[in-house]
Amino acid sequence: MIVSFIHRAVMQGIPLLFGSTGEILTEKSGNLNLGIPGIMYVGGISGVIGSFLYENSLADRSNPNVFLLIAIPLLCCLFGSLVMGLIYSFLTTTLRANQNVTGLALTTFGIGFGNFFGGSLITLVETDVPSITLSLTSHYFAKTLPFAHKLGWFGEIFLSYSFLAYFAILSAIVVSIVLKRTRVGLNLRAVGESPATADAAGINVSKNKYLATCIGSMIAGLGGLYYVMDYASGVWSNDAFGDRGWLAIALVIFTVWQPNIGILGSILFGGLYIVHNYMNNIIPMNMSTQELIKMAPYVVTVIVLIVISMRKKRETQPPASLGLAYFREDR
Amino acid sequence: MKKTVEKGAHEQLVQISKRAALPGWKSWVIRVLAVLASLIVCAVIIVLFTGDNPFAIYVTMIKGAVGTSRRIWSLLQGVAMLLCVSLAVTPAFKMRFWNIGAEGQVLMGGLATASCMILFGNKLPSYVLLPLVIVASIAAAAIWALIPAVFKAIWNTNETLFTLMMNYIAIQIVSYFTYIWSVPKGSGKIGVINPDTQAGWLPIIGKYNYLLNILIVAALTVAIYIYLRYSKHGYEIAVVGESENTAKYIGINVRKVIIRTMLLSGALCGVAGLLLVSGTDHTITRDTAGGRGFTAIMVSWLAKFNPLYMILTSLLLVFMQKGATEISTVFGLNDSFSDIITGIIIFFIIGSEFFINYSVRFRSRKGAEAK
Repeated sequence: MIVSFIHRAVMQGIPLLFGSTGEILTEKSGNLNLGIPGIMYVGGISGVIGSFLYENSLADRSNPNVFLLIAIPLLCCLFGSLVMGLIYSFLTTTLRANQNVTGLALTTFGIGFGNFFGGSLITLVETDVPSITLSLTSHYFAKTLPFAHKLGWFGEIFLSYSFLAYFAILSAIVVSIVLKRTRVGLNLRAVGESPATADAAGINVSKNKYLATCIGSMIAGLGGLYYVMDYASGVWSNDAFGDRGWLAIALVIFTVWQPNIGILGSILFGGLYIVHNYMNNIIPMNMSTQELIKMAPYVVTVIVLIVISMRKKRETQPPASLGLAYFREDR
Repeated sequence: MKKTVEKGAHEQLVQISKRAALPGWKSWVIRVLAVLASLIVCAVIIVLFTGDNPFAIYVTMIKGAVGTSRRIWSLLQGVAMLLCVSLAVTPAFKMRFWNIGAEGQVLMGGLATASCMILFGNKLPSYVLLPLVIVASIAAAAIWALIPAVFKAIWNTNETLFTLMMNYIAIQIVSYFTYIWSVPKGSGKIGVINPDTQAGWLPIIGKYNYLLNILIVAALTVAIYIYLRYSKHGYEIAVVGESENTAKYIGINVRKVIIRTMLLSGALCGVAGLLLVSGTDHTITRDTAGGRGFTAIMVSWLAKFNPLYMILTSLLLVFMQKGATEISTVFGLNDSFSDIITGIIIFFIIGSEFFINYSVRFRSRKGAEAK
C-alpha cells in the first residue's frame, strides 16, 4: 500500500513540480507571475485542442502516426503557454504594468479560456462525440517504461511513470544547475535581485526577464498537459485541475526558490493532497476531516514563509526586486 | 509595439520617458480608447465563435445585462458586491500592502455569519441575533486579515504570498464546516439556513430583495472616499504607500498604520461576507466569494484606488460578465466565456496605463518633437 501511495503521490506531484519549476525560473528574474494557474490551464487545453482536432481527423484510428500523436499536443501546449508568457512579459516588462494585477488577470483569462474550450469545443467543431476523451493520445502519453512492472516495488516507485514525469524532474535539475552554476543563471539572478546593478553591468534586463518568463511559462504549461494526458487519462473535465496552480506557487515558497528541493517537495505536496484516501484505511475519517487535511500544504507553506522572514538568511529570501517593474530612468 | 524595448546598435529607435502628470481629461481619453479597443477585439473573438454579426451580439449582451427589471436588479447587486470587496482591498493597496486575500477574508466573514445563523438561529430573538451576526462576521474577517498584517509589520513577511495562501486555508475551513453542518447529513451542502423563521436574515426593504445591500455599499463607498481623502488616517496611508522611510521620518508609526489599515480592510471584507450570506444567498459554500476577491483587485487598481471611479470599473466588469453569460446561453457555449472577455478588457486597460505614465517618441519623426 505504501508503494502505491508513493506512486500516486508522485503522479499528483508532477504537475506541481512543472508549475513550481517554471515559476521559480520566472521569479528569479524578478517577475512574480501570479498567472501560473491560468497558464497551466491554457497549457492543458491547448494540448487538448490540438490532439482533439488531430484524433478526430484520423480516418483509421487503429494505426495512428505515433510521432504526430505526441508532437501535436506537445507543440500546441508549448505554444499556448508561450503566448501567455509573452502577454505577461509584454505587459509587465515592456509596458511596466503592475505584476500582481497582470498575473491575476492572466489567471482569470486562462482558467476561463480552459473551461470555455473544454465546455464548447465539441459544439464549436460540430462533431457528435459525447465528451472530450483522448484515449489514443493519452495511451502514448501515459506509456511507462516496459520493464517497470517486472521489478516489483522498485519499479513501481521509480520507473513506472510516463516520459513527461521524467522530463519534469530533469527540467527541475537543469533549471537548478543553470541558476546556481552558470553565468546565464548568475545574470538572471542579478536581474531579479537588483535590475539597476545588472543593467549597469551590461546585462540586458528586458531580454532576461522575457526569456525567463516565457521559458518558465512553457515549463508550467507542460504541467497542465501532463495532468490531462497522463493523470486524467486524456479526459478533460472543467475545473478538474482545481487549485493545483496555486499549490505550485505555494511549492515555490516551500522550496525557498530551489527547483531541486522542489522534486521532493512536489511529492510531499502530492502526498498531502491524496493522503486522506489512504488514511481512511488506518483511521476511519469522515468527509469533513478530509477537507481539513487538504489544508495542510497551505498551512505548511505559510509556516515556511514566516520562518524564512524571521531568520532573514540571505540564501532563503525571495528575489529582492520580486514584483517590481524596472525603468532605467527611474534611478 | 514590441519595438519599444528593442534597442538599436547605435541609437534607440524609440525613446521612452516618464511624463509629467497628464491633464485629467487626456488620461481618460486614453483609458476610454483602451476600453473601446478591447471591445473591438472582444467583438472579433465573439464573431469568430458565433458567426453572428457583431452589432447583433452587442445588442444581445446589453439585453442580457439590463433587458428586464429583474436583470437590472441582479446587475446592481453584482456591482454592489464586487464594489464592496473592492472598497475593502483599496486602503491596503494605497499603502502598497498587496492584500490578495480578500477571497478568504470574505469567506471567513460569511462563515461567521452562517455559523451564528445556524447555532443561534432559533434560540435568540432577532434584535440580539442580528447585531451578533454583524459583529461576528466583521470580527472574523478582520482577524483573518490581521494575521498577515502582524507578520508583515513585525518581520516584513511577504504579504502577497501570505494572503494568497490564507485564501485556500479559508476555503478548506469553509469546506470543513459545510460537511459538518450539511443538510441532509453528508451531502456537503448546507442549503438555505432557517428557511422558515428567516432568523438572521437581513431585512428586505419593501419588495426589493437587493435594495438594502446596494444602499449599504453605496454608503460605504462615500465613507471610504472621505476616509481616504480627507481623514488623517487616509493621509497616513498615502504617505506609507509612497515611501515608508518618509513616513518614519515624519513620525508616523508604520507598524500601527499597517495593522490598523488591514483591520479595516478585513472588516470591510466581513461586511461583504455578511451581505452575501445573510443578505443574499442565506447559505454558504466554498464558492460564496466567487472569485470576487481577485476581481476586486483589478477593479480597485483600474480605478486608481479612487472609490468613486471604482463604481464605473466594477459596473463595466459586471456588465460585460452578465452580457457574455447571455451570449453563451444564446449560442450554447460555455459560460466561462465571460472570464475570457474580462481578461481581455483588463489586459487592454492595464496596457493603456503605460501610455498615460510614459511618453513614447519615435526617432524617425525628427527631433523637433522633443521638447
